[in-house]
Formats: sequence, structure tokens, C-alpha cells
Amino acid sequence: MTLSTCLLLATALFAVGIYGLLTRRQAMAVLLCIELMANAANLCFVAFSRFRGGVTGQVFAAFSIALTVAEVAVGLAIVILLYRSRGDTRLDLASEMKE
Amino acid sequence: METVGFAFAAACALLSAIFVVRSSNLIHAVLWLGVTLLTTAGLYAMLGASFLAGVQVLVYVGGVITLMIFGVMITRRHDGLVVQADSGNPARGMFVAGAFFGIVAAAIRLTDGLDVAITPDAVSPADLGRALFREQVLAFEVLSLLLLGAIVGAIVIARRRDPGAPRREPLEMSARTPERAPEIVASEVRP
Repeated sequence: MTLSTCLLLATALFAVGIYGLLTRRQAMAVLLCIELMANAANLCFVAFSRFRGGVTGQVFAAFSIALTVAEVAVGLAIVILLYRSRGDTRLDLASEMKE
Repeated sequence: METVGFAFAAACALLSAIFVVRSSNLIHAVLWLGVTLLTTAGLYAMLGASFLAGVQVLVYVGGVITLMIFGVMITRRHDGLVVQADSGNPARGMFVAGAFFGIVAAAIRLTDGLDVAITPDAVSPADLGRALFREQVLAFEVLSLLLLGAIVGAIVIARRRDPGAPRREPLEMSARTPERAPEIVASEVRP
């Protein structure tokens, strides 16, 4: 277990999240993929804190966890609003901003 | 021993992450995300961040996953039992994700000084608490304000009703009595 293996693992998790973000059409599934990517970033913070020493990395990870929770709350509210106004949460239906 | 544990946790995290993006049932995807977050908590513990591992289990697995399951159940359509998550165009997603991984992995490989082994002195929860409430106390308070704002905003967004939209009668959703079961099943299961 070295720093570079931890970073590679986090990169792989982030890449899986990108794949899901690009292929999924359901709003809830996209939220899940964003969670996955935020989790990978947190893993990077913790790994740097462990291998480089110092507490700042863990402070960053704690803040990042709280930020992700706030983002999930707002995201879920938007998804519920989308469902209420359309009856469906497929993101390709929500295309009014295109025109 | 440590290497074996790390390899096992990494394999679990990666596999469950792949299941998150590939499973066609959305509830299963949420549960696989729970597995990913749990194994990440294990990785935090291995990296000496025991407090963050606890926070991860409490906040993510206990809170966010539950919230997500509620979200999936609330927004499911009533014309089928399984929530399908449409996957469209997997080749493009695969290309972008692969390119991202290749570029970043090459950058990690080319950077010097990343092959350091683990240092013996881990950050204790007491150190983390001192850093949070002494040096970073302003950021901590700003963050608490942001959480409050986000939650109030979420309530406001989710409560707003579109006056033009037809309101679904509550009775229609809850009147699932045994006598009405045949017609409900007939209306929900479409060929």
C-alpha cells in the first residue's frame, strides 16, 4: 500500500463514476454517480493526509463529506420537483433550457 | 497482511462501483453504492483516519443511502414494479472514462515521490478535533451555515407547487384495498 496505489484506486473509482454519469438517464442514478465521484475525491484527501503527514487532508475530507450531504439534499429536492411536474425523472425529458 | 487487506478492499470497492453504474434496477444500484461507501470506510480505517471512517458509516451509509432509497421509491413510476435506469450509449461513456483514467494514471506514474510507504504516526481524532475547532473554526461555522441554507432550500424547492399542474388525488394513491387489487394490477402491468 503506497500513496500511488491509493491514488490509482481513487482515479479508477472516479472513472467509473464518469462512466455512469455519461450513460445513465435517470436523475436518481446520476445522483448516485456523483456520490461515487465525491467518494473517490475524499479517498484522495485521506490518502494524502496519511502519507504526507498533517491533519489538513482529514479536515478537507470532513468538510467535503458535509458538502456532499448538502448537495444530496438539494439534488433530491430537484429530482422530486422534476417528478412532480413531469411524472418522470428521465433527464432527457428535461430539455427546456436547450431552446 | 496489510497489502492483502488493501487489495481486498480495493477490489470490493471497484466491483461494487461497477455494479452501481451497471445494474438495471435502481434500488440495487443504491445498495451497491452502500457497499462501495462501506469499503471506503474500511480503507479510511486502514489509512489511520478512524474518525472519518465512523463519520462515513454514520453519514453516508446511515443517512445518504436511506435518503436515496426514499428518493428512488418516491420518484418511481407506478406502471411497473422495477425501476429501470436507462443506460444509453455505453461506448461513449467507456471512452471518456477510459481516457480520463489513462491520463490521470499516467500522471500519477510520472510524478516523483508518490511511492512513499505509510508513515507510522497517524493523525488521532484529538488532532482532527483541535484542527477543526481551533485553526479552521471559521470554515467550520461557514459550513454549518451552508448546510442550514441547503436544507432550508431543499424544503422550499420540494414544497413548491406548480399551480397549473393537475394535482394527483391522495385517495387514488392510497386506495389499494384488496377489493380493488384486480383492477390496480390490471392497470399497472402493461404488456
